Amino acid sequence: MSSESIALAGVPERSQPLSAVLYSWVTTVDHKRLGILYILLAVFFLVIGGIEATIMRIQLIVPHNHFVSPEFFNQMFTMHGTTMIFFVAMPLLFGFGNYLIPLMIGARDMAFPRLNAFSFWLAAFGGLLLYFSFVGGYGLYGAGSAPDVGWFAYAPLTAKVFSLGHSTDFWTLGLLVSGFGSIGTAINFVATIICLRCPGMTLGKMPLLPWLNLVMAWLVLLTISPLTAAQFMLCLDRFLGGHFFDTQAGGSAVLWMHFFWIFGHPEVYVLIIPAFAFISEIVPVFSRKPIFGYPVMVGATVAIAFVSMTVWAHHMFAVGMSAYGNTFFAMTTMIISVPTGIKIFNWLGTLWGGKLIFKTPMLFAIAFLFQFLCAGLTGIMLSAVPFNWQLTGSYFVVAHFHYVIVGGILFAAFGAFYYWFPKMSGRLYSEALGKLHFWLFFIGFHLTFDFMHIPGVLGMPRRIYTYEPGRGWDVWNLIVTIGVFFQGIAVVIFVANLLYSVFEGKLAGNDPWDAWTLEWSVPSPPPEHNFARIPEVRSRRPLWDIKHPEDPDWKYE
Amino acid sequence: MVHRSGTRTVEGPSNGGFAAAGFSWVFVPQPVWASLASLQASPVPNIFRPESTPAEDIHRLSNFVLIITALIFIVVFSLLAYVVVKFHQRGAGDNREPAPVYGSNQVELAWTVIPCLIVLVLFFATARVIYSVQEAVPPPGAIQVIAVGHQYWWEFRYPKLGVVTANELHVPVSNPGNPTPTFVKLLSADTDHSFWVPQLAGKTDLIPNRENSIWIDPHAAGMYVGQCAQYCGIQHAKMLLRVYADTPDQFDKWVAAQKQPAVSNESVIAGRRIFEQTACVNCHAVSGTIANGRFGPDLTHLMSRDTIASGAAPNTHENLELWIRSPDAIKPGSLMPAMNLSEADLKAVTAYLESLR
Amino acid sequence: MNSAAISPGTIETPWSLPYKGQVGMFCLIVAESTIFVIFVVAYLFYIGKSLSGPTPREILEIPIFATVCLLSSSITIHTAVRALGKANFGTFRLLWFVTLVLGAIFLIATGFEWRHLIVDRNFTIATNLFGTTYYSLVGLHASHVTVGLVGLLTVLLLALFGKVRLEHYPQVDTFALYWHFVDAVWVVVFTVVYIIGR
Repeated sequence: MSSESIALAGVPERSQPLSAVLYSWVTTVDHKRLGILYILLAVFFLVIGGIEATIMRIQLIVPHNHFVSPEFFNQMFTMHGTTMIFFVAMPLLFGFGNYLIPLMIGARDMAFPRLNAFSFWLAAFGGLLLYFSFVGGYGLYGAGSAPDVGWFAYAPLTAKVFSLGHSTDFWTLGLLVSGFGSIGTAINFVATIICLRCPGMTLGKMPLLPWLNLVMAWLVLLTISPLTAAQFMLCLDRFLGGHFFDTQAGGSAVLWMHFFWIFGHPEVYVLIIPAFAFISEIVPVFSRKPIFGYPVMVGATVAIAFVSMTVWAHHMFAVGMSAYGNTFFAMTTMIISVPTGIKIFNWLGTLWGGKLIFKTPMLFAIAFLFQFLCAGLTGIMLSAVPFNWQLTGSYFVVAHFHYVIVGGILFAAFGAFYYWFPKMSGRLYSEALGKLHFWLFFIGFHLTFDFMHIPGVLGMPRRIYTYEPGRGWDVWNLIVTIGVFFQGIAVVIFVANLLYSVFEGKLAGNDPWDAWTLEWSVPSPPPEHNFARIPEVRSRRPLWDIKHPEDPDWKYE
Repeated sequence: MVHRSGTRTVEGPSNGGFAAAGFSWVFVPQPVWASLASLQASPVPNIFRPESTPAEDIHRLSNFVLIITALIFIVVFSLLAYVVVKFHQRGAGDNREPAPVYGSNQVELAWTVIPCLIVLVLFFATARVIYSVQEAVPPPGAIQVIAVGHQYWWEFRYPKLGVVTANELHVPVSNPGNPTPTFVKLLSADTDHSFWVPQLAGKTDLIPNRENSIWIDPHAAGMYVGQCAQYCGIQHAKMLLRVYADTPDQFDKWVAAQKQPAVSNESVIAGRRIFEQTACVNCHAVSGTIANGRFGPDLTHLMSRDTIASGAAPNTHENLELWIRSPDAIKPGSLMPAMNLSEADLKAVTAYLESLR
Repeated sequence: MNSAAISPGTIETPWSLPYKGQVGMFCLIVAESTIFVIFVVAYLFYIGKSLSGPTPREILEIPIFATVCLLSSSITIHTAVRALGKANFGTFRLLWFVTLVLGAIFLIATGFEWRHLIVDRNFTIATNLFGTTYYSLVGLHASHVTVGLVGLLTVLLLALFGKVRLEHYPQVDTFALYWHFVDAVWVVVFTVVYIIGR
């Protein structure tokens, strides 16, 4: 092993002053460093978003609690949602994509490295702008500063007359800035995957992670823009006296909803598709089998992306659309469950007949499968429109989407952390701590989000800072809040494990998992140029072909 | 003496279990009720305890959906559990080389076609109920109500009956033989709200510059609770809702009482003067007087309601005084300003309001 | 081991993938188109819904001259790029300059139109729904024209200093793609605002 594999990205070498190291990180255009920066940004905001959630849950632990004021609670749920979607989930997934895509397709960097850096800093500054609202500007009745209009900022609550001060403007501008960053990253992903694949890697021979990120990037291009457009319109309303969503001048509040959800629904597919990618890389390696049904997995993902652009109004079933409109969106929403189910079955098919190794990444992947199944089923319940009329706007739907985002995306992301941590840092993490993190988080997750369905069914709406006693909601809210602390402790263990392992973990080597894709052929961490020579591939598992020259994949694919 | 219309409370299971043993009817006598300073235990607005046709149709559909999803769950979870147990690596010495299976067209076809069929079935079941609820035509005996959502209270008008009230909706029980459902037109004076009384119907939003509609036909007399279900601002949480399903006799009596102009009582004339000369009349209406404000609830028959501030507090003497003195103590951020009256004026105004039966 | 190279020579056909600049520009165009689609949808939705104020018929004059200028600039830029491809640098610079001028005329004409509407007819973005949707849609397009002009000017200056050579053909061609997009959007905006909307 060459000495390159001992150099650790991010660990200051003794000969360089701290300022030089920081400077090199701030000015980097290397996709690996930008990937790590994105991930660190996401983890930072994950902790903040988690604190916001904890504050809310403490306020709701008993009815008529006085832990925080109504104004502050309303800011909390707005900031929690906005932060988690835009400054945790998206940067996290962009970060992993940034790090892994060039490595997995045999390229030296992304297509546009400077655009890459620019996009990252836009994301970071967008977050900074959003959080500056806590100290700048003043909100409703001058009592608060952060936005308090909910993360989907329905009109006309966001009009100047109902949203005094600048809190809503921080929401709008922070997201506009980071939105441009997202579009930049998407352009980079598409151009890189289409144009920089190594020789022999046709689209049919590309691993699923780059494939799914390609689909995700396309979706970003089509879906962030509607949000950008709607936010421009909101700015025109608020700053220049426009009437886009001004109901007093004939404007339509429902138009905002349509525009927002035309963004908002595909957005959740933007988040879940990279999570699917993680599972599609982890499950085969820890089952010691190739992925079952590769072409179908690609086709199903493309189908999901297409259909996801036709379902948006299922967030608006209670808004009073016509029976015809409701029926149409019920149909498209139900249809999208078919390709999604196909993917679950294909993962099961991959596990079937395999040799399952339950290291930490695999634990998170299996939990993902179970939880994503449940989330999908509550999604089916929500697609039955009349049932939706009871469930929407209540804690049932809050439980549903947290099941997808935490139980699905975050679990998959934790799996990805553990799986690729050795590659990124050159060290192995502590398996014992990893398993402890998993079990604590699993317990906490289920305590919180399983029982959260019940108050919804008993009539508890969302976004309320307190509730009436005796409606049967009390004990469930208590249990939900208790689960939060398990999750918090688990995340602390997770961060501690990673930090400790970066400095004290055993050396990982190139390929600790005996995996098959190109990133495992380079040292851990990879040198700046990634590959000494650009590889040539003949199958989807190039390392399998090298390790098993008598039985290479390209004979069977 | 404080007069209130009789209150029948439907009490479901108080700790929110699905395994409810059924309802118990509780009639709370007047003196006991009047002495309660804190809010009585509210019944549980359980969507699986419908008492009105829309909610019942939804309940039937939801049972069907739940059965299907339960079956899917059992099948897939069993497969997952089986796989995890059966193909687990058995120790470090396990050197199986699993056969690399790349896919199978038949299997893929099977698990595409079967879900499509399930989707088809679910879709038709869903479409049926969408139409039966949304396209319902009001029969001749239907009660028409216009509900206007405000930040943070509900305005209810019965145009054909000449009644205006707030926050507590009275409707007649509907007899299948002679249906008298209530059709509510939903409007908004400011931002988005949502009308949700789970036991009576699914929720429908109130959106400014748009007319929506909802209908209910309670089968059993009682009081059903709900609240605003679309975030509408700082006090969204306390924009509570009550629907009183009255027997036909009770309903007629209630309407007759509500149609009367305000009770005029000489003993509270001082309070009435203060009310009419202070900013109260900018927001509130009292029929038969000069008070004609529409921004806040109509107070003509304030004392016929069980709660004030849209359900945020019981309608007691202490709460009424507190509300006028300092609304933020009950509902911080509500649009009712603190009136800064002297204690004497406050007592007079409260006495006046308590005369509005 | 730090090499994943499989024995070279296993790939028979030459390996060539699309030019990343074109792919990137195409993606940008897709994203921008989506933004325009939303503004167009809002425009169409609000036709006839203004509660008061001037209607399009009363107040809009069809900008024929400006449109002709802008659409011809697509022809001139296309010809300019082809000239560059044949190393006719003089023709390239001239036609590029003409493109810039045509684009600038369009922008200035829009500016005059707006000045007339705002100052003489008192018609602003806050006047009514028509005002809001009109200024935002046309303004969004004008902002894209402005960005295009900045780009055109930059390339022109580089060309005048002799820095644009034959090997820059792909990049210049990619930029021209943006300019064509701007023109195509104008066709849509023109149709929606001056034909359908009136």
